[in-house]
Amino acid sequence: MRKPLAIQMLLAPILLLSGCKFDVLAPAGDVAAQQRDLLLISTGLMLLIIVPVMGLTLFFAWKYREGNDKARYAPEWGHSTKLELVIWSAPLLIVICLGALTWVGTHLLDPYRPLSRPAGSTAVQEPPLRVEVVALDWKWLFIYPDQGVAAVNDLAVPVNRQVEFTLTSANVMNAFYIPAMAGMIYAMPAMETKLHGVFNVKGDFQGLSSHYSGAGFSGMRFKAHAVDGPDFDAWIARAKASGQTLDRARYLTLAAPSQNEKPAFFASVEPDLYDRVVNLCVAEGKMCMSEMAALDAKGGTGLAGAYNIAALTYDRGPGVAAWQGAPFMVAQICSPAEAARKFARAPLPSTAADMSPLMGHGLAKPTGWLSLPPKLSIAQTRPAAPSDL
Amino acid sequence: MANDLPVPSFLLGRLTWEAIPKEPIVLATFAVVAVGGLAVVALLTRFRLWGYLWREWFTSVDHKKIGIMYMVLGLIMLVRGFADAIMMRLQQMMAFGGSEGYLTAHHYDQVFTAHGVIMIFFVAMPFVTGLMNYVVPLQIGARDVSFPFLNNFSFWMTVGGAVIVMASLFLGEFAQTGWLSFPPLSGIAYSPYVGVDYYIWGLQVAGVGTTLSGINLMVTIIKMRAPGMTLMKMPVFVWTALCTNILIVASFPVLTMTLILLTLDRYLGTNFFTNDLGGNPMMYVNLIWIWGHPEVYILILPLFGVYSEVTATFSGKRLFGYTSMVYATVCITVLSYLVWLHHFFTMGSGASVNSFFGITTMIISIPTGAKIFNWLFTIYRGRLRFELPIMWTIAFMLTFTVGGMTGVLLAVPPADFVLHNSLFLIAHFHNVIIGGVLFGVFAAISYWWPKAFGFTLNKFWGLVSFWFWVVGFWCAFMPLYVLGLMGVTRRMRVFDDPSLQIWFIIAALGAGLIACGIAAFFVQIAVSIRDRAKTRDLSGDPWNGRTLEWATSSPPADYNFAFTPVVHDLDAWWQMKAAGATQPQTGYLPIHMPKNTSSGVVLAGLATVFGMAMVWYIWWLAALSFLALVGTAIAHTFIYHRDFRIEAAKVAQVETARQNALTGAA
Repeated sequence: MRKPLAIQMLLAPILLLSGCKFDVLAPAGDVAAQQRDLLLISTGLMLLIIVPVMGLTLFFAWKYREGNDKARYAPEWGHSTKLELVIWSAPLLIVICLGALTWVGTHLLDPYRPLSRPAGSTAVQEPPLRVEVVALDWKWLFIYPDQGVAAVNDLAVPVNRQVEFTLTSANVMNAFYIPAMAGMIYAMPAMETKLHGVFNVKGDFQGLSSHYSGAGFSGMRFKAHAVDGPDFDAWIARAKASGQTLDRARYLTLAAPSQNEKPAFFASVEPDLYDRVVNLCVAEGKMCMSEMAALDAKGGTGLAGAYNIAALTYDRGPGVAAWQGAPFMVAQICSPAEAARKFARAPLPSTAADMSPLMGHGLAKPTGWLSLPPKLSIAQTRPAAPSDL
Repeated sequence: MANDLPVPSFLLGRLTWEAIPKEPIVLATFAVVAVGGLAVVALLTRFRLWGYLWREWFTSVDHKKIGIMYMVLGLIMLVRGFADAIMMRLQQMMAFGGSEGYLTAHHYDQVFTAHGVIMIFFVAMPFVTGLMNYVVPLQIGARDVSFPFLNNFSFWMTVGGAVIVMASLFLGEFAQTGWLSFPPLSGIAYSPYVGVDYYIWGLQVAGVGTTLSGINLMVTIIKMRAPGMTLMKMPVFVWTALCTNILIVASFPVLTMTLILLTLDRYLGTNFFTNDLGGNPMMYVNLIWIWGHPEVYILILPLFGVYSEVTATFSGKRLFGYTSMVYATVCITVLSYLVWLHHFFTMGSGASVNSFFGITTMIISIPTGAKIFNWLFTIYRGRLRFELPIMWTIAFMLTFTVGGMTGVLLAVPPADFVLHNSLFLIAHFHNVIIGGVLFGVFAAISYWWPKAFGFTLNKFWGLVSFWFWVVGFWCAFMPLYVLGLMGVTRRMRVFDDPSLQIWFIIAALGAGLIACGIAAFFVQIAVSIRDRAKTRDLSGDPWNGRTLEWATSSPPADYNFAFTPVVHDLDAWWQMKAAGATQPQTGYLPIHMPKNTSSGVVLAGLATVFGMAMVWYIWWLAALSFLALVGTAIAHTFIYHRDFRIEAAKVAQVETARQNALTGAA
């Protein structure tokens, strides 16, 4: 791991003095180390201007005190173009340097960007280890899709191997943070974020949620084990030996709120579980957001879709809005051919103006301001010879 | 609470016996507040002060009295917000090694939410608004603000919001969401009880007041300046107040709308910010910070103005670089709208978006840096008198530069990835809000107190308060910087790493020192009032000031200026003194003044009832109070006798009395 000697020297007294772990200043992974370097370089750049300002403040306040008759007093002096130039350009120069550093640093350390040198420039680069992370109330679920195992509140990764986290949350926002490894990133419901990181030092490190998520938030802690190859295999074997299966039903019981969960392991995971979590369709009878999106891409399901709410509602926490009705669902959807047949037998009611049961099964087709333009009405597209009926 | 939600009844909605908290800490607090409140009521009754307060203060449309009432509100709420701070410090100090501390999650999570909400909306905002209210009309040579009734109404709406938030302490619960109430956590599915509703209605009621007061002061500054005071001859404080009120008017509607959308989600089951049905919580985060970042500058800009006034006055010297100071303020105003995303670099935006917002944030530090330099060069070649206001200013310059530096650090996205939501961040914004806003408020109070009350504040107790505050601040927040660098994050109720405890103990000690600072401040006020006969200032200009507020008596007469001053110079009063100008002793004219009105109190009271009814789902009361609100507002427009004249003889009498006192003293 790159770690300039100067920085180590600089930090040594602080680290010795406290005897505690400065995860941010002395991290165990290359990403966090580069973030730390950026932090220190920026601080240094700014101190170039901060220190003189603080010094001058004290010096001027002392020198121009009322009792000091030797200091020059110029009560009407209030402008100097030269000084103004310095005043505005000095911070500007610093910000130009910092801005360049920021632009480059932000792009290089973008959490979505795969690492270019996870194990240093010399080591053989293995493909990244994939870990799918789900923030639950109030624990972390880690799914290893390639190994087929899962763990709660316990994470093991091999040292010097890039880890690609894909993150989501079951219901509220959290932030996934292992200070010694890489920065934090939000885990959000119905969305997926990514984080690339690596451990270059073996050890057990703290991991936590750094975005407040409710009563059990303080207990969303886990140990991140940075281990070598054989130990990682042993960890996987341990999970396999647990004999537990994480299917959809098991996931739903796991997702129920609980606090300070001990680590738990699953030998196998239902293959599309993570996708279902992201798409809010783990529970039986829910339509996945991806399915809805696919339907929408094909033009949607028309008015029926607008009423078809029940299959899309997911958040049924303890609270319901004061004036909200129950979710509802259209009982049946028929094909255009079936609809045509139906309407051929029974002519459209021409004055179905009763809009009152806007929610309800088998709703009459609205007319009036909600109706389709006349030329598209079903009456006109009725087949000429419904001979098959 | 979540598992056994009461079924709303018609008469009382969700309000049941269970709504009253039974926790011993809350009960004890309630007892103290009740006893204290009864004592105050008894004293006011005993000394027959109710009528006086009602006539002279509560219904007053005088900007000076409203300004003072804002400051009193800020001080009361500061005590409440600080009590929350102490509770948090104690909890985090204790909750190590398996200890759960002394607060449950339900209680602790309310405490940190309330602390943030109260300190921003009901401490910092009233302080800032109060200062602008008091000082701006005096500095521009005006008799009052443009819309005096609106001013009174705005104040009482702010009080109404504070009342709603305070009521949550003894009735139900407050939000457990953090001070910005991010959904989905603050949505009805995950916060089903009254906490978030208290939050919403408290802020909505107060927000009406803030927005209206912003419009009022903005118009006042644009339309009511004394003859000769062009924009570039306005005192810097007026400039910063103008920019602040532009920010208020342009940003508070965003907050109002965001909260309305959240309200619709919670009350009508819409899906703006839910997980379901196309809702997107990230939208809320963006919207709330589009308000939230300008809000930061709403708080700090007026205090930048205070520091400018104080530095120039106590250096006995023209402000260095007035023009660049003005342009810096305007730059900050505009830029403050282009940086909101730096509050959530970690939400997954692309690198280019993050870089853009990081760099715009850094650019703001250029005008801010220029301001610091300008104060520095105002002191340069001055004659610095070490009175309390300048001491607070120097403490600010030393503290704020550190806060600014850590702020720019957090603006570097990769650094933010390791520092976001950490205690480093907490230390940073307390560093700028305490070191910038609060120090500025104390500078302003000690600077303008003699103007408001006619006697100076006790310096000894002021110094005691000053040193406790400054040392306490560093002691309380430096450990948080350190903890942040260890990867310790915010809003934690319990910790598992015992090596962290020592830092929390130091921080709690710092909070204790700050408590002494607050106590010393109140002692300072009490001692100053006791000794007021000795420290009386008849001149109206105890600091050898430079701007117009020092041209009139202390406290100023109801009409502020017997003659509208004519301005020839940036430092108008300084120039008048230099030119030997004196006020004419004859030729007084009758002065046209606005009349007091009780409409503001009534309207705000009804709005508060409406808010409480909405919180508790008491629909009939909500409907009734809303109708009454609209009805009263319409009825108010039929009050035609809104003004009166102070007769010339009366003005002459007041001015002659002052003249006699002045010559008598000399």
